[in-house]
Amino acid sequence: MKDLVSKVLKGDSRSIARLITLAENNDPIATKAMKDIHPHTGSAHVIGITGVMGSGKSTLICELTQLYRKHGKTVGIIAIDPTSPFSGGALLGDRVRMMELAMDDGVFIRSMGTRGMLGGLTSSVYDVVEILDACGKDIVIVETVGVGQAEVDVIKIADTTLVIVVPGLGDSIQTLKAGVMEIADIYVVNKADRSGVEQTVAEVESLVDITCSEKERKTPVLSTIAKQGKGIDELLKEINKHKNHLQKTKEFDKQRRLRYEAELVEIIKKRLMNFIFDESTFKEKIESLLDQISKKQIDPYTAADKILSKILK
Amino acid sequence: MERKIRVLVAKPGLDGHDRGAKIVARALRDAGMEVIYTGLHQTADMIVETAIQEDVDVVGLSLLSGAHMTLFVDVAKLLKKKGLGDVLIVGGGIIPEEDVPKLKKEGISAVFGPGTHCDDIVKFIQKKVKK
Amino acid sequence: MFDKKELENIKKNRKDWEKNNYVAHIKKHSERKKKFENLSGDEIKNLFTPDDISHLDYLKDIGFPGDFPFLRGVHPNLYRGRLWTFRQFSGFGSAEETNQRYKYLLDHGETGLSVAFDYPTLYGYDTDHPMSRGEFGKCGVAISSLQDMEILFSDIPIDKVTTSMTINGPAAVVWGFYIANAENRGIDRRIIGGTIQNDILKEYIAQKSWIFPPEPSMRLIVDTFEFGSKAIPRWNTISISGYHIREAGSTAVQELAFTVGDGVEYVKWAMKRGLKIDDFAPRLSFFFNAHNDIFEEIAKYRAARRIWAKELKKLGAKKPRSMFMRFHTQTAGCSLTAQQPEINIVRVTLQALAAVLGGTQSLHTNSMDEALALPSEKAVRIALRTQQIIAEESGVDSTVDPLGGSYYIEWLTDKMEEETYKYWDRVEQLGGVLPAIEKGFYQREIAQAAYKYQKEIDEKKRIVVGVNDYQLDEPIDIPILKMDEKGEGRQINRLNKLRKNRNKQKYERNLNRLRKAADGDENLMPYILDCVHSYATLGETCQVLRDVFGEYEEPAIY
Repeated sequence: MKDLVSKVLKGDSRSIARLITLAENNDPIATKAMKDIHPHTGSAHVIGITGVMGSGKSTLICELTQLYRKHGKTVGIIAIDPTSPFSGGALLGDRVRMMELAMDDGVFIRSMGTRGMLGGLTSSVYDVVEILDACGKDIVIVETVGVGQAEVDVIKIADTTLVIVVPGLGDSIQTLKAGVMEIADIYVVNKADRSGVEQTVAEVESLVDITCSEKERKTPVLSTIAKQGKGIDELLKEINKHKNHLQKTKEFDKQRRLRYEAELVEIIKKRLMNFIFDESTFKEKIESLLDQISKKQIDPYTAADKILSKILK
Repeated sequence: MERKIRVLVAKPGLDGHDRGAKIVARALRDAGMEVIYTGLHQTADMIVETAIQEDVDVVGLSLLSGAHMTLFVDVAKLLKKKGLGDVLIVGGGIIPEEDVPKLKKEGISAVFGPGTHCDDIVKFIQKKVKK
Repeated sequence: MFDKKELENIKKNRKDWEKNNYVAHIKKHSERKKKFENLSGDEIKNLFTPDDISHLDYLKDIGFPGDFPFLRGVHPNLYRGRLWTFRQFSGFGSAEETNQRYKYLLDHGETGLSVAFDYPTLYGYDTDHPMSRGEFGKCGVAISSLQDMEILFSDIPIDKVTTSMTINGPAAVVWGFYIANAENRGIDRRIIGGTIQNDILKEYIAQKSWIFPPEPSMRLIVDTFEFGSKAIPRWNTISISGYHIREAGSTAVQELAFTVGDGVEYVKWAMKRGLKIDDFAPRLSFFFNAHNDIFEEIAKYRAARRIWAKELKKLGAKKPRSMFMRFHTQTAGCSLTAQQPEINIVRVTLQALAAVLGGTQSLHTNSMDEALALPSEKAVRIALRTQQIIAEESGVDSTVDPLGGSYYIEWLTDKMEEETYKYWDRVEQLGGVLPAIEKGFYQREIAQAAYKYQKEIDEKKRIVVGVNDYQLDEPIDIPILKMDEKGEGRQINRLNKLRKNRNKQKYERNLNRLRKAADGDENLMPYILDCVHSYATLGETCQVLRDVFGEYEEPAIY
């Protein structure tokens, strides 16, 4: 394992990929390795990007990454797609849209399924961010799927969060829940060559006025046409501006603490759930409790008490 | 332990027929695997680099243009060279029976031609990928 | 179409028949399936009667062949006057080998030529380009220059026989090779006949052999319409295709709707440039699939003719010829099985029959071995004989549109037309054809239909003889077409020699002039022809266009 960690820190792709897999699978080797990885983290700028399907996130990330590369930065990209709740499988299709980056050895792309039983970003995503950070990537981009809890969770993991919208998707602003819209550090109206872009920009700006009236920093609203590479320079500038703002106002450390808090909670949650559902006797217990609940002999809260009392003993 | 089988479905070369590749990708997803589809026009370098970064258990190659003896073998050789010799390689498309033994010698474990039932591919992968 | 009182009677009698005869019968002998569905998912009922088509007006909706709306055919006497063209799609290896195959086919009764190109050629790459690795001649003939085209047609009377070329991204350049070759042989441009597929919309949707993005591709296509209508009047400058859409997994209705929809889009683009519809529309042609469900296919072709005629009329066409839908058909490649390959002959026969009963102008029949290889001589000969037997021995040539008036066929024709318009509404809502392509609408519909079809086969809800039923445990034994192994080396040598011997100044100057013109909005065909005549290769010419137009990247749709 020590060997693996040292290779990861040196930036060996194969080792990085292997460690990510172990982390995703909650392998004890990974847990051990993360202890050695963590001290090497902290220097990467973590950018979270979320938005509805069809907003062009992957294309935008591809363009942004290429620009970062021109500036001599290395980039790690985590592309998250939903795991099917029925089959447990996933079609990880974001990488396809970033094929231009395929042979650039300054870019590492990893596709992940949400996998989580509880929805949202699993603790392994935090691990992967740390791994990419520790192995030397200057920028780590986390692209989330734009539906459900994962959208909002991205704010905990990222230093800078981008929310992407597009004009003409009907009520794309309204369909994004109010909570999601508020998480943005930067709004991007992509596909700005579509009709309705002025209206969309105006809608977002009015939302910004409402939500930022008490805040120090007014969230910028940018327009891009990712497919044509337009607006990317401005976006990069705003991202850097935000990073500087964070560092100046000491928000950066606050952000990081939020991330560690979220990660800690996720790890604890995961361990508890594994404990309950992995312990064979508990599994049997659950089955019999479920029978009782179905027969209305007990209610779910009482059942939970029974399980928890065993652990908390 | 949440271990998922990760499969790369790739289309090497210029062949643009992706009906089968997409169907197989969905079938594997429905069987609980995580599937990364590379899209069209992949070189061996691109396929192998993706296989490395995504740490896949399986590389599935789809080709209907007749160039399999060159392109499948390119991928198999490069995977081995880069230390991914234990990755399971399977192929599909328009591949004459008489080419199958030659492909197997080069490291392609199975060829799933026209008429294959999706379940057969799923079962083969599940059996071969060591847990 | 029928007397009101008679209809009422028929309706009533049917109800009685249903109750007393049919229902009683199936109570004792249950039917083989719960639902009988065609390949588009339409439920087909047990019996069709005049009641099902009573809303049709014979003169307005069905009419006469050669008259608007051309439902029954575009020519008044169809095969009584001239049989459909026997046009077998073929090509492999080097130009020399394919030239031999063309001569073989012509000797055995083929009446039109059809060129299949290899993948590098389809993508505008020369044989020695790095992306061409392993692909030379594998699925078609390699054509990298005018010289190759000269060899391909050597000793073939291209002034007397027409040639169809399945080429899309680089169609304008390959057409240039053909025209230049004819000119060099002293043949007048005005008499050479043929077709270039040149249908980029379906490439984005299904076949995926594009090069450039949509706008410059459409510009090139309209350039060919314009050039063709003025200089090469016997040439069909486009073959608007549904074959590939179907092969990618679409239903028959989707094939119909997407294809004819593409056709309308091309007409609109040409008119936007200022071309007069009656000047170019007569030279637009179509290309459909002939799949398994015989009746659905026949209804599809008929509906296509009627829809096209109506739409072109709406767009302002005045000449009847502008409203003709002339089409080539190919039997469905995706229906062929590798298992028990001989039975593919039967499939192809049924599919070819459907195409002929549907009034096709030109037909390609697949060979039995094509699930695993390019056709051997014997296999392609049998495929050709299939057409000849249908033509000479089956009686389908005696009368035009023999299935016209069939209650089932007229009902189904109408239904498919109705469903086509429903699809067109959805495309309109997405903003039109190009926006719908960008949003992945067609691709998603096709992928979904393909997946559904495969699931039905896997679950044995749909039987494929030899594959999921009636299987035979025998090793697949198909003689594989052997190609000349030295072909690739020969081709590369030829290319190197060509590059050394040509007039460097001339070809460079012509490429530069093409580059400049591509950046503007002149018609590019004359510039392309100049490049071709100075022996610029396919790859070199296409690279200039790639530099100016960029390359297309597809949205990733499952």
